[in-house]
Parts: sequence; C-alpha cells; structure tokens
Amino acid sequence: MTMTEQPDVIEVLAEAKPSPGEKYYPPFEVTPELTEKAKEYIAMYPEGKELSAVLPLIHLVQEKHGFICPQSVLWIAETCRSTPIHVQGIVSFYPGIRTRCPGKWHIRVCHTIACALSGGEELLTYICEKIGVDPKTMTDAEPMAVSEDGLWSIEAVECLANCGFGPNIMINDTLYSQMDRAKVDALVAEYSKKA
Amino acid sequence: MSSEQPILPKDAAAAEGKVNVQINGKWHRFPKGTRIADACNSVGVHVPCFCYHPKLSVAGSCRMCLVEQGMPPRLAPGATPTYNDDGYQTIQWMPRAIVACANTVAENMGIRTDGTVCREARRAVLEFLLTNHPLDCPICDQAGECKLQEYTADYGQPSHRFTEAKIKKGKNISIGPRVNLDQERCVLCRRCVRFMKEIVGEETLGVVGRGGHNAIACYPGKTLDSNYSMNVVDICPVGAMTSKDFRFKMRVWFLKSTPTIDVNCGTGTNINIWTREQQVYRITPRQNDEVNSCWMPDDHRLNYKYINAPERLLTPLIRTDAEAEQQPAAWEPLLRAVAEQLRLCKSSELAIIASARLTNEELYLTKHLADLLGIKALDIVPRMGESDGMLISADRNPNTTGAKLILGRDGSSLPDIVRGVKIGRIRSLIVLGEDVTAEAGISAEQLGELDYLLVVAHSESPTVRAADVVLPGVTFAEKYGTMINVTGRIQRLNRAIEPLGEARADWDILRALLQECGEATLKAVRATSSMDILEEMSEQFEALSGVTWANIGNCGRPVLETGVTIPLIEREKPRKS
Amino acid sequence: MKAMSEITYKPGREPHSRETRRIFRNIDRVGYNPSIECFIEDGGYETLKKAVAMEPAAIIDEVKKSGLRGRGGAGFPTGVKWTFIPKGNTKPVYLVCNCDESEPGTFKDRFIVHQDPHQLIEGMIIACYAVQAHYAIIYMREEFPEAAEIVRKALAEAEERNFLGKNILGSGYDLKIILHRGAGAYICGEETGLINSIEGVRPYPRIKPPFFPAAIGLYGCPTIVNNVESLCQVRQVLMRGGEAYAADGSTRSPGTRIIGVSGDVQRPGYYEIISGSITYGELLYDLCGGPKPGRTFKAIIPGGASAKVMRCDEVLKGRNPDGSVRKMTIFDVPMDLDSIAQHGSMSGSGGVIVMDDSRSMPEMLRNLNRFFAWESCGQCTPCREGNPWMLKLSTRICEGKAAPEDVDLLKSVADNICGRTVCAFGEACSWPVQAFTTKFREEFLALTKPINALKPHNPETAEARKYLTRED
Repeated sequence: MTMTEQPDVIEVLAEAKPSPGEKYYPPFEVTPELTEKAKEYIAMYPEGKELSAVLPLIHLVQEKHGFICPQSVLWIAETCRSTPIHVQGIVSFYPGIRTRCPGKWHIRVCHTIACALSGGEELLTYICEKIGVDPKTMTDAEPMAVSEDGLWSIEAVECLANCGFGPNIMINDTLYSQMDRAKVDALVAEYSKKA
Repeated sequence: MSSEQPILPKDAAAAEGKVNVQINGKWHRFPKGTRIADACNSVGVHVPCFCYHPKLSVAGSCRMCLVEQGMPPRLAPGATPTYNDDGYQTIQWMPRAIVACANTVAENMGIRTDGTVCREARRAVLEFLLTNHPLDCPICDQAGECKLQEYTADYGQPSHRFTEAKIKKGKNISIGPRVNLDQERCVLCRRCVRFMKEIVGEETLGVVGRGGHNAIACYPGKTLDSNYSMNVVDICPVGAMTSKDFRFKMRVWFLKSTPTIDVNCGTGTNINIWTREQQVYRITPRQNDEVNSCWMPDDHRLNYKYINAPERLLTPLIRTDAEAEQQPAAWEPLLRAVAEQLRLCKSSELAIIASARLTNEELYLTKHLADLLGIKALDIVPRMGESDGMLISADRNPNTTGAKLILGRDGSSLPDIVRGVKIGRIRSLIVLGEDVTAEAGISAEQLGELDYLLVVAHSESPTVRAADVVLPGVTFAEKYGTMINVTGRIQRLNRAIEPLGEARADWDILRALLQECGEATLKAVRATSSMDILEEMSEQFEALSGVTWANIGNCGRPVLETGVTIPLIEREKPRKS
Repeated sequence: MKAMSEITYKPGREPHSRETRRIFRNIDRVGYNPSIECFIEDGGYETLKKAVAMEPAAIIDEVKKSGLRGRGGAGFPTGVKWTFIPKGNTKPVYLVCNCDESEPGTFKDRFIVHQDPHQLIEGMIIACYAVQAHYAIIYMREEFPEAAEIVRKALAEAEERNFLGKNILGSGYDLKIILHRGAGAYICGEETGLINSIEGVRPYPRIKPPFFPAAIGLYGCPTIVNNVESLCQVRQVLMRGGEAYAADGSTRSPGTRIIGVSGDVQRPGYYEIISGSITYGELLYDLCGGPKPGRTFKAIIPGGASAKVMRCDEVLKGRNPDGSVRKMTIFDVPMDLDSIAQHGSMSGSGGVIVMDDSRSMPEMLRNLNRFFAWESCGQCTPCREGNPWMLKLSTRICEGKAAPEDVDLLKSVADNICGRTVCAFGEACSWPVQAFTTKFREEFLALTKPINALKPHNPETAEARKYLTRED
C-alpha cells in the first residue's frame, strides 16, 4: 500500500479470534438481568467509584459468556463511565481475562518452578496430547489453545499457589493437585462424560 | 563563650521558605516542594527525562532521571547534629539512585549527577530502552530532535549487548486524521495518554498489553481526532507519534525556528515557525504559561499553507481602464499615483476598512492615514465565533484589543460603512488585509460600482480582483510587529521568512503611502522598522508607556485589563499551586 | 474450644510433633467446614467481642507490643504500619486484605480462605476497628474462584450475626467488607498495584514516596494493606495478649510462621512452627523427611521465588552465643524472619523451594525468568525491557546456544534492573538471577560454547540479514 492509499483510521471494531468453544457459551447480549447485576456490583463501591466495578463486571461477563468480546468491552466501558480503550487496557493486561472463547472445560496447568519440579511441564505436554491440541500454538500473545471440538481448552499458567502439592491444574473453577498421567486420564474421561 | 551564634544556612533558607541543596558539589537554595529535576535544570545541571512533563501528572516510570541522592545521617535519639565550617551537615550518599521527577528537594540534601551511580543508571536505562527499539533513525522523522537519540549520545554507550530477537509491535498505524503511531519506537512514557486524559479530558489513548508487549493504542473504531491531537506529536520524546502533515517533508536540522505568535484567534498562542529558505514547513506551540501553556489547536497549527500558496500576490497591480485586466506595476510610481488619487477623493466619500489582523504598528499608521485624509468612516471587520473552552478564543481576530486601543474601533461602525458603499454615499474605499466580499457583506458588484478601490492584501480574493490598485502585503510570517491578545497582553510577531516576491510588509506600505500623501510631522513616516513605530506609540498611548520591543520579550507583557481569560490557562492555575 | 490433642486431621495432613498449629488449627481437620457454626464452636468471634470493648488505640498498642510482623513477605511491623495513618485525618480510612497470594512457593493463605474464612474475617474486623475503617476489601486472586464464593458466604453469615454491618455487637461501630477478585496478575500483590487494581485502572505500582499507602492510598484516602495471615495473627495477638504473643519464639519476629515447602523433599506441604524454633535442616530432614531416595539436597530458595537461592554446601559465617565466629550451612540457620537475611537471602513469605542434585540450575533459573518476564507489568523501563532479555539469555544458555560471556551478561542485566525500578519487582526478578549465576556459575558455563557472543541470535531476521555479506 502506498502512503496515499493509507486509510485515515482503523474502521473496524476489533474482532475476537473465532474459537470452536463458542458453541458452549451464549453470545454476549445486554439483558435486564445483566444490567441489574451491574448496578448491584457498582453499588458495592463508594459513590462515584464506578470504575472499581470494572473487574467484577469483566468476571460477570466472562463467567457467562466465556470471554470478553469487543461488544462487551463497550458495554463495560459505558457501565463504569469509562472509555473502551481504558477497559481494553485492563482486559489486555490480566492473564485471567480471556479475549478468545475457551472450550467448555478450560484447563489451566501450572508450570512455575514448584510445579515444574514435580513434573508440571511434562504434564502440560501430556494433557495437550490427551485433549488433542498442539502445544506449539500456545504463545505469549495467544496463551490458550482450544481443541477442535470446542470441548477443551488449555493454557499454561503461572503459580496457582498450591506449590507443596504439585503438579497442580485447574479445570474451570476446580483445583486438582498432585496430578499424574493416570489422574489426568481419569479426569478427562470424567469431564468428557459430563459434556 | 560568645553568645552570638552565626546563622546556619538552614535557618536562613527556612526564613525565606527555602531549603539548601547541594548539586554536584555546589550549594543552591530552592523553594520547598521543588522537584529535584526542576531544581537541577534551573541551575544548569541537566537531568534527562522521558516521562516527566511539567504540565502533566508525574508517572515516574521511564527511570531516565535517576540521580544519586544523599541526606544527613539519621541521628541517634538525643544526639544533636554537627555542622561543618560552612554550616552544613555532612551528606550520607545513598547507594540507590532515586528519580528526580517524583521526589522533591529537602534541607541539606545532596544530588550528584556526575558520579558513577547516576552515570551507570542512565547508561543502563538507555541500554534497556534500545533493546527493543527498531533503531530506524535514518528513516525516522524525529531524528534530530529525539530525546532517545540525544540522551544516547550524551549518556549512552557506544555498543550494544542485546543480540536477541526484538519484540515486534505495530508500525505506521494511523490513529487519527493527523497523527501516526509507531509502537516499536515508543518508550512507553505515556505522556500522550496523560495529555489526552488530563488536558483534553478525552481518554482516547491508552496502554494495552502487559510487560514487554505493552503498547500505546486507540480502541479499534475510535480515533484520535481531537482538535488538540497534534500536541501528542510535540510531547512525544521519540518518533512514536508523528505528524501526518510533516512526515517525511524535511529533516529537522535543516529547519530554522522563529518564535512568534499564532494569528488565528485572539488568544495569540505562542508558536515557533519552522522554515527552510522561503518555505514554511511546520508550526509548533511554544511554552507560555500565561497564554497557551505548552499547547495549541490543530486547525491553527495547520493553517500555514496559504503562506507559500500560488494565490499569493507577488507584485503590485493596477487597473488603468475599468474594463481592462489588472497589470503589474512598479512600487514607487504606483504609490505616488495612489496618493494623488486619494488626495483627489472627497474625504466624506472615502472610507477605510481595516483589519484586526494588522499589527498595532500598522493600525497606528492606518489611524494617521485616516486623520491625514480627513476620513471619519474607518473600522475593522469583526470576527466572532465560539470559544472551544480550551485555547481558541471567541474572537477570531488576533488584535481586536489593539484595534480598540489604537483606532478606538471594534467593528461596530462597519455596518454604516457597508451601507454607505451600498447606497453610493461612499465612492472610494481602502481595504487593508480583508476580503470584504466574504466577511463584510459587500458584493463584488457593489465593489465594482465604486469610483476607486485600493486593496492591500497578501493573497487573491474577490476583493482583490475588484480593486483598481492592489498593493501586495505579507502574511504574519513575513513581518515584525506587535499585537495585543484578548487578555490585554502585548506580544511580538517575528519575521520567519523574507517577504515573498515584491511584496512588502504592510506597515512599510502604509508608511510609504503616508509619506506620499504628504505627512511630515509623524516620526513613524521615517521609520525603518516596525520597532521604530512602536517606540513612537509608547509615547502616545498610556497603556504602552515604557513598552519597548526588547522588554516585550518572547513571552509578551500585560498592558491592558480586559477581564477576558483563557479557559485552559485558568484550569491550569489551581494545579500549579 | 477443643484442645489440640482432641482434634483429628485428615490422613497425611497430621501435624508433626514440632509444629504448633494456631492459624492452621482447623486446616484439613476432620469434621471442620468453613461455616460460621464450626468456627463459633471452636471459639470463633470471642476475640472480636473482647476487641470491640477496647479502645481502638489500645488494640494498636497491643499489636505493637506483640511485635507482630507482616506475613506478606516484607516483614514490616503491623502495629507500626497502622500508626502511619496521618493524625487528624478526616478522610475515610480503608483496610484492604491482600489475598493475592502469588509468590511461587507460597501457599498458606489459600488454605485459610478455603477452609477457615471466618478466622480471617474476625481478624480483619478487629484490624478495621483498630484503625477505624468502616469499609474494607478482601482482594482475592482470580485463581481462587471457589474461595471467593466461600468468603462471600462467610461475610453474609457474619453480617447475619451482627459481627459485620451496622452497630457491630452493640458497639456503635459499623463495618462493610466486600470481596474484590483480581484477574491473575502477580503484580497485584504489590500493595499499590493492588490499590490501582481495585480502583479499576491498570495495576501499575505507584511511585514511591509515599512508601506506604497509609497516607494516600485507595481513592486518595489512608489505606492499610495487610496480608491474610497477618490479619489472622492479629486475632491471635488479641486472643493471647500482646506480651504473651511476643514471648513466643524469636524475639525479633515472634509468633508462629507458616512454612510452605515444595520441590524435592519426601513430604512437601505446609508446616506451622513457632518462629525460630527450628532450623532449615530440621525442617527439611525432620519435618519434611529429607531428600528423595538416593538424592541429596543441592539448593534451597528460602522465601519464595524472588529470594536469593542458597547452595546447600555453602559455608556461612554464623555467631556462637559467646560472639565467636562459627562456620555453618543453611541447615543450621533458624527459621525466623531475619536470620537468613544475614546470609544474603530472605525468608519472605515462608515459601521454601528445595532442589536436589538431579536438577539443572540454569533450567530452574529459566523457569523463574519466564515467570518474571510474564508477570512484569511493563510500567517502568528496566523491568519491562530487562525481563524478556534475561529470559532470552537464560533460554539460550539452557539450549546450549550461548557463549561464556552470556552468563556474565545475564548477571549484568539483572544488576542493571536491581534498585532502579518503581516497585520491588525489580529486586524480585533480579535477585534470583544474581544468585543463580554467581552461586552455580560453573553449571551455567558448562552449558556454553566458545561462540561469538556478539553474533545476533535473531531467527526472525534471516530475511533482513541476507544483506550481510560477512560469513558467520
């Protein structure tokens, strides 16, 4: 593209990278329940400090919809009386906030030093193999890999604070400690059944 | 034992609300609460900074301004401090450097910028900043005025130890209609983010990502389209934010900068005009805390293209026959002919439409021309709009205050003159620096009805085309002079380029006209510069008493009480205190 | 309240005879659950009743007398921190409980908030009352989603019984506690980063000074930030009385400490001991059962990932009681807050990471570098640019693609970060590098080859480098 052809501005709204996991989560929409819940969260903080509710609102959206899509960024910004770029600055900062839809079962594998000492790194490779994702697709910019059927997603995370009982993994909200291959096999079988 | 104790420096300083600080071995006195960076810079000890900007909140994050600091040793309980012969306590130097931007001076504090601690800190920070920097100075617009480049030359190291892959980020991103962003050149000082949030009040820019992947960005679909967006280009210490208007136009070291003022509104924003030979390349704001702080609006900044436009009038023109085209003419005979013609006009049928875009000196000569010719019908063209609540004044004329002072006119009698032209009471008209068809509501046909139309202007316009005689004046960039802004502050216009072609400074045209018309008593008629005229004016106007070109200085001086304020400056005042 | 001897614990989690379970009394206890009933049956909220009958200043005095030091890692005296609230303050005072436990190797707060949340809430109410805060926040790390639910429920239970809310126990004192969840960032454990996280801005740590948010903190108001264990210890102080508390264990850091042991030992896990009552040797050999079969201990990180690593065969200079010099190793150092600091490391938040002779030290450092590079917030230059650099260097060393000079370069990069950053993360990320590369230098050098260290290691520029005419 030559200099003169350069568009004046970025016209399109950022779009989330598509994920097979989307079929397991409802798409984001602003419902009366959501608005009600948002008001409740904002009321937790001192008056005029709506911005403090930004993380609670992000969790609210992420729990239900799996991730923070551009539309929800706009909604959160409006609700907290902030701007989309401010919310985006927060969304893109925290590793716990996803900008791409995870699988129905999101596995977090700790690979920080204590878990690594008890075999966390090898376990990560094993789980990837088990759920059928390529660990090479997990990068700094895109730390999460989603299986093709959308059932699983996996992410290597730093310290889950259960170092004495490693290796630790989390599946959605539940922590599993002192993992080994046999336990992983059993868990994957159990969760596959739940689907 | 003598009861007379010498006064210790600390007590002497405290009496004036100050503290003693030793900077590189020399003791200085600063007001309490002065930032170390400001203190050092004020005594000529340079402290390099990226993120610190005196008009923005302190970020303290670039770590470039690390200095070595020391304080007197902490005393054991009950112990009394001891003082050396000069009356100071010994300084215990800290092994850790501190940031000079976020810390303030304290009594008996020591600052060293010439020791190993400080030198090593600066070297290390610069090495870090360059690890992921693209090192593309040869194609970077900022080269030559880049802080990263300058500091690396001053405090950096000649070689680099980083041999790994660099982190890739966005390049040449159009974040707004007038600004481009290069995230790889960015040092993440966040001056632009803070400027937009704190000064403009729009949170358009933000930092996204984390750690080494941090980057400045606009939210997709949103743009940096504020009328103050180009100020981020000025405050960006590196080449991350570049002006689309100026990109790749000229290397900055080829440019000459001339301090002058903006003439797009009554604020009189202080600016620098950047020129090479006879061409203007850009305009940037110049700090003046009483007028425009460090900022200026984009539309004013970009309104310079007319200076070098093809529409400029480069020779005097005369129409010898009503039906004929205007013909180029030589200055001297033409001026003589004009004077002759004006003397023939009946003063009651003659009017002058002057401009509040003229300098005080030009208005002064205009006034005398009117007096000499006995003209009563004289006024300026008012230009009122709305203030933007920042720097743009509701008065879009730069020198209405001067016109009021010198002519005693503010545009209120213009409708009478216009009516006079329309009904034929006024047969001859002198138009100085205005296009009356656009701004005063006189049509080109009505101008054609006049017996005689003399126009002094710098560019083509319908008024110019209708004129019998056109005397080519100059733009604000080509002349010296003074103007008084809406708050009553007199400020200097400086010449950045020579008058183009055969054009002459407007004051000089008016001076020559006066001379040709037979004015003899006025000293200004023999003026060789607009400074001479100012000198005469300072004797005539009480408000200008004692005002000289020199003592106006580059930042101007208040001469009148108008009661008008500049919103952005008013907002800045409480922050300063 | 049952005597300790009557309490039974889940198999494998029984306390060692040298342990003193106070804070962890109810952790992994058979028949105990996080409900308020269980807690009250165990004597819960009795201390609060005692506290609200006291003057707030008297509580602060009691805590100061106890010598209690913060358990978040820095070990600052809790009572002294509370007195930093400016005198004559008219703004609201906030108290924030830092439950962003994320220092690798530390895993104590997790058990408190999951299994015994009321213990924290009671301690927190006492602390709030002492500093006269009427609004408090528990900042819970995102990785504890279940604990968030448990604590929220516990807060509701406490409010139901008027331990929280308006006019607590008829004292006229009001308090609201809310739970605020983080989102997985280590830097939110830094107290000013945490405050920014609550304020809803990017959690960049704030510039120092002010060194404590007690003057200007959350929303610009005086704010006290205390760790979970510290607040539980406050309850212990009030329960026992400041003087009695101070009499327990090491004089300079009294009370119990919860030590988390991870890595290469027979029985990793948590141990609550009287501060200074045992040595590192006793901890690792007696309580943890020694090294794994056929292995010997090689290195110990004594206080969370950011503490400087200690070699097990390192000869340290200690002092005998008569003042004479004694040669010792890390195994002879008592487990309190300060002893290990005299030998160049720190006891921090009590996370002991143990490595045996099967471990490659460069590999361990690479893991830590990755952690710190990932967790750097990127606010200030040295940390943002230095951490990815150190990671790239240590990765290259591990992969055998480095020159011997690169080991010195790695250390030099760490030296350049240390002491030049906004927050303590700069030290946290550079100390491990300095210690590993100095103490295990031969291991690093063994992985290097005498190659040209100045050659770019830049796989992405193959295309760009085609313009280079020189041969490598």
